[in-house]
Amino acid sequence: MQAQEIQTLRALIARHKRYDILFGVIGLLATLVGVITLLALFIDLLMDGYARVTPEFFTNFPSRRAEQSGILSAWVGSALVMLVTVFAAVPMGVAAAIYLEEYAPRNWVTDLIEINVTNLAGVPSIVYGLLALGLFVYILDFGQSILSAGLTLALLILPVIIVATRESLRAIPIAIREAAYALGATRWQMVSQHLIPYSMGGILTGVIIGMARAIGETAPVITIGALTFIAFLPPLPYTIDPATDQVAGLFDWLFSPFTVLPIQMFNWVSRPQPAFLQNAAATGVVIIVATLGMNALAIWLRYRIRKNLKW
Amino acid sequence: MDNSPSATIGAAMNSQAHQLSEKKLRKAKEKAIEMVLFVAALSAVATTVAIVAILMYEASGFFEHVSIVEFLTNTQWTPMFVNPQYGILPLLSGTLVTTGVALAVAVPIGTIVAIYLSEFAPHAVRETVKPFLELLEGVPTVVYGYFALMLVTPLLQVFMPDLPGFNMLGPGIVIGIMIIPYVSSVSEDAMRAVPMSLREGSYAMGATRFQTAVNVVLPAAISGVLAAFILGISRAVGETMVVAVAAGQQPNFTWDPREPAATITAYIVQVALGDLPHGSIPYQSIFAAGLVLVLMTLVFNVLGHLLRRRFREAY
Repeated sequence: MQAQEIQTLRALIARHKRYDILFGVIGLLATLVGVITLLALFIDLLMDGYARVTPEFFTNFPSRRAEQSGILSAWVGSALVMLVTVFAAVPMGVAAAIYLEEYAPRNWVTDLIEINVTNLAGVPSIVYGLLALGLFVYILDFGQSILSAGLTLALLILPVIIVATRESLRAIPIAIREAAYALGATRWQMVSQHLIPYSMGGILTGVIIGMARAIGETAPVITIGALTFIAFLPPLPYTIDPATDQVAGLFDWLFSPFTVLPIQMFNWVSRPQPAFLQNAAATGVVIIVATLGMNALAIWLRYRIRKNLKW
Repeated sequence: MDNSPSATIGAAMNSQAHQLSEKKLRKAKEKAIEMVLFVAALSAVATTVAIVAILMYEASGFFEHVSIVEFLTNTQWTPMFVNPQYGILPLLSGTLVTTGVALAVAVPIGTIVAIYLSEFAPHAVRETVKPFLELLEGVPTVVYGYFALMLVTPLLQVFMPDLPGFNMLGPGIVIGIMIIPYVSSVSEDAMRAVPMSLREGSYAMGATRFQTAVNVVLPAAISGVLAAFILGISRAVGETMVVAVAAGQQPNFTWDPREPAATITAYIVQVALGDLPHGSIPYQSIFAAGLVLVLMTLVFNVLGHLLRRRFREAY
């Protein structure tokens, strides 16, 4: 080979190696777009809103005066809605996952269920709001209440819980099942005494991720008609309402009007006054700390489970 | 008396019968539990059926008053006016424009991130970055809306002084950033499913990493990558709060992303915020709009899943 040809060949190789390095840098930058956005978002919110995140902010009702406004009704509403969501979604999702993973025969009914679970995960959240508006609010007549909102969000996060539970069930080796059967356990004994305890960590991870998603969901809760301005709390069981002089029942709070944190933020962000925008940012800080905290917890939990697997 | 053979046999038979009934009881209990679990699983089907039924029912009431032709061809959407007009086109154009902007951001960046994480990134980088991308997916959309309105749009106005405070460009970009983690994780899964032997073959021919990634891995994983884009479209189409906060909520038949507009989802939120009487035409109109939305996302979802299944079966 002539020296010149070798020269061009070397130049070619060097050029392609440079492309490699170049793409490595571009790739890293593109990946950092996400990380940087996350940071920018958080810093932006914090700078706009940190002055408003005071203890009073959590104990005041919203008001027409921005400086005296707080998120008391919103965070109480969010907490109660989440309570309903957990009680509805967790048993339902775990049961469905156990059926699909451990019981379901291979037939068209199972296929139909599988297709629906996958498909529901892709349905826009606002469509769940429309479903709930028609079904829970009017047909079942639960009204624009905490119960309706909790059930709506439960339906929304059902696929998340089902998928997480199935994954952790699938990770349990078949030998565990065979051992239980060999000792004469029935299928349910095997599931309830072995599979559920062993998959608890994975289920918990799924539940936390689902809850983090539910707490930030705005559109479906607006659609069912959550109010944007609430200056009272749902009735505490067995207390007397001074306005009507009636004792609240144990479950009256379920049917109370309510608002939630993201709706409160949406309400404030829609106002032109800068003082309310500050409130919106402060609410945003609260929401983001809650959701990111929950997500981080779930990610950490998953990492720990992966490390401590017994098999 | 008690020790007579017949009594012993009787006792034995008795206990056998007892055992039998216990076994039966246990079987019945098992069956009952299975039924309960089955019903829980069936709730997924019930939810889908309920969604379709409710949307169809309320939308049919809407279409009794508004003809489908008008719905699909009229370029005005003014349900609150004295002389209301119901043409879905302005909402559709708003939805498509924001989705288009989102894709213009998410497709290139998402693909580069996927290639980088699957083919280039050292193990440590991947393990550090992926949780952050997951966190990005967990940020509530209303917060993204605030971000679009208060940070991205003012930033864009530095370069485009004529840009109004409400526009589709800012929210579109933010939705794009929002779906990057989704696009990149689905594409990365597809690229990782490409067998090592293909890469080794390419390296053996003297190709560099970049050449292998672009000429071998990407084509081999293309159906999965396309599936990621399509599932990303479906997300962007259904996104609500970002546009509701930052795009102006004004139905506007335009293809210019710099103008304010409303999307299908933003319209539903806007109507739901005002307390509309149950059964009125504007009330029913949100279900008609929802039906269009479901049909759009359904098409994209089915397409995406078909493509995704193809790459799974390829190797």
